[in-house]
Amino acid sequence: MSEEKIIRIQDLKLHFTTTRGAVQAVDGVNFDLAPNKAVVVVGESGCGKTSLAKAVLRLLPRNIGEYSGKVYLKDLETMSLSDEEYRKQVRWIKMSMVPQAAMNSLNPVMRVGDQVAEPMIVHYGVDKDKAMEQAAKMFQNVGVPVDFLSRYPFELSGGMRQRVAIAMALVTSPELVILDEPTSALDVLTQANIFNLLKRIKTELETSFILITHDISTSSELADIVAVMYAGQIVEVSESHRFFSTPRHPYSAKLMASVPRLRSKEELDFIVGRPPSLINPPTGCRFAERCPKRFGKCAQEPPIYNFGEDWVKCWLYEDQGEKA
Amino acid sequence: MTEEIMTKNAENSTEPILILKDLQVYFELKKFGFQHAGYVRAVDGVDMELRRGETIAIVGESGSGKTSLMRTILRVNNPTGGTISFEGQVINNLKSSELKAFRQKVGYVQQDPYGAMAPFMSIRSILEEPLKIAGIKDKEERSRRVHQVMEEVKMTPVDDFLAKFPHQLSGGQQQRVVIARAMILNPVLLVADEPVSMLDASVRVEILKLLRNLQESHNLAVIYITHDLATVRYFSEYIYVMYAGEIIEKANESDLINETAHPYTHALLAATSDPDPKNVDEFQDVPPGEPPSLVNPPAGCRFHPRCAQMIEGVCNVEVPPEFDLGKEHLVSCWLFKDYEVAKNRS
Repeated sequence: MSEEKIIRIQDLKLHFTTTRGAVQAVDGVNFDLAPNKAVVVVGESGCGKTSLAKAVLRLLPRNIGEYSGKVYLKDLETMSLSDEEYRKQVRWIKMSMVPQAAMNSLNPVMRVGDQVAEPMIVHYGVDKDKAMEQAAKMFQNVGVPVDFLSRYPFELSGGMRQRVAIAMALVTSPELVILDEPTSALDVLTQANIFNLLKRIKTELETSFILITHDISTSSELADIVAVMYAGQIVEVSESHRFFSTPRHPYSAKLMASVPRLRSKEELDFIVGRPPSLINPPTGCRFAERCPKRFGKCAQEPPIYNFGEDWVKCWLYEDQGEKA
Repeated sequence: MTEEIMTKNAENSTEPILILKDLQVYFELKKFGFQHAGYVRAVDGVDMELRRGETIAIVGESGSGKTSLMRTILRVNNPTGGTISFEGQVINNLKSSELKAFRQKVGYVQQDPYGAMAPFMSIRSILEEPLKIAGIKDKEERSRRVHQVMEEVKMTPVDDFLAKFPHQLSGGQQQRVVIARAMILNPVLLVADEPVSMLDASVRVEILKLLRNLQESHNLAVIYITHDLATVRYFSEYIYVMYAGEIIEKANESDLINETAHPYTHALLAATSDPDPKNVDEFQDVPPGEPPSLVNPPAGCRFHPRCAQMIEGVCNVEVPPEFDLGKEHLVSCWLFKDYEVAKNRS
């Protein structure tokens, strides 16, 4: 079964050292993803979502305390590769990323066509004309007029820049693309356009996606699977139909209740308090302090309970789920 | 505090406190720095009436002129044409001393709370600043007002926060301080520009509820600017939809959502997703193209190049007047030409 997964992450940890102590931004994350599926990682800010993306793609800052665990891309174990091997074999070849605020991450003094062609030249060593041809093809694919190739980022609207950033991630045809908040700075109509584009790419190019977002409403446009992250850990993984109707973890339920809806006028709820500091996360269940269903056992670290492909990390499911 | 609320309520009348008539805001474009090269028509003929205790939400894409409209109401920009009256007085050409008095009655909540506060000032000095400018010299009075407003925005225990700096607070707390600063001079009108778009979903609701409570206890008139229709529903009596500098549809909240008239409003609603797993299987229906340039807006209806229901020879030639659909529901679209004309536009 494991061979058919596109990515398997086992006990991934990424801690940063700071003067105040180690920040446990990613602390023991496990999950895997089947090919041509999209997983959405949701959670509040400061739960380690972006750090998870960076840990998977090994785009690390200098102040690393601990970086451990296993990441398999199909059969390739990537954590044991050296940085140079990783760059040559994995990054932008098997896996690429559309960074947060991608529209502002373009190089302002480089024509967008050159920027999209660059990964082809760097990673596959093709000559410039071939790379530009490929970039032009990619522009068509993401719905940017081909004559925009010679424009600079400031000449493009926000939505167009976002498309260019997506083209840049897709140009080397990786199997897995990580999208970090791809639409958070965009208008509703542009958001809808970008999600239409991602859906089309998912079917046409059979790409898999890890989508990181705090916007649960728009995430439902792409999600096959939802993973909920809280305080550096994943607390629930559920198939999306299941998640959007009856989320299992109390944190997931609270998150869903705080989403404003256009088509039903339920009373909105919010989560009192804020996520714990990742320097000294609470022992036991990390959500316990904010949890309405807290009971005695929550002082101990909850195990993972499986429900088929889904799982949840919460003591409430002790009698129902199968302990992993 | 309760006494204050009572007197506030007693002042309540049905007279609008803010009236915009045919408001225009144009920005001149210059070639070589001096030669006239046309205008950006950021706001073009906007009418509005706002009463105390009411909220009007202005919804539209970026570049539709929402922020220019708001900045003109705050008199940061000067109107090119039309009038703005506040409490019965036209404020188009206020002198700077009068402007100061006007601004003390208007609170402003910015989009990005962190960017809106000076990073080197403590929360106490951020909140005291407006009081100093308003000429409150008594230190104890200032301290009392700071404590009072911090309690109102539920930043308690107050003394724990006052010595802190903006970067030491979470996003939600920062936005509370910005709201406290807007409220500290007891304004009658609050202008909130995307107050929750930078915040987490879980905090968003908290801030919206706080704004709603403040509005009720102070009987505030609120202008809420946003592009997110889903949050509008929980917070506004009236919704104005803005496109390319014009208000194209206005209605109360439930009519706008349930009896939507303008094709552009339909498109906005269709593009707003609810968390529903069925979304995965369908493409969203999005009108092609992008909002037009405000330098040379399209002739006729400004939405016609993107509109699926465009009537050739009508929509692309003549500017649609405002048609009255009843129940204060107004729409500028030729599809409703059988209704009575509320206002002709040129």
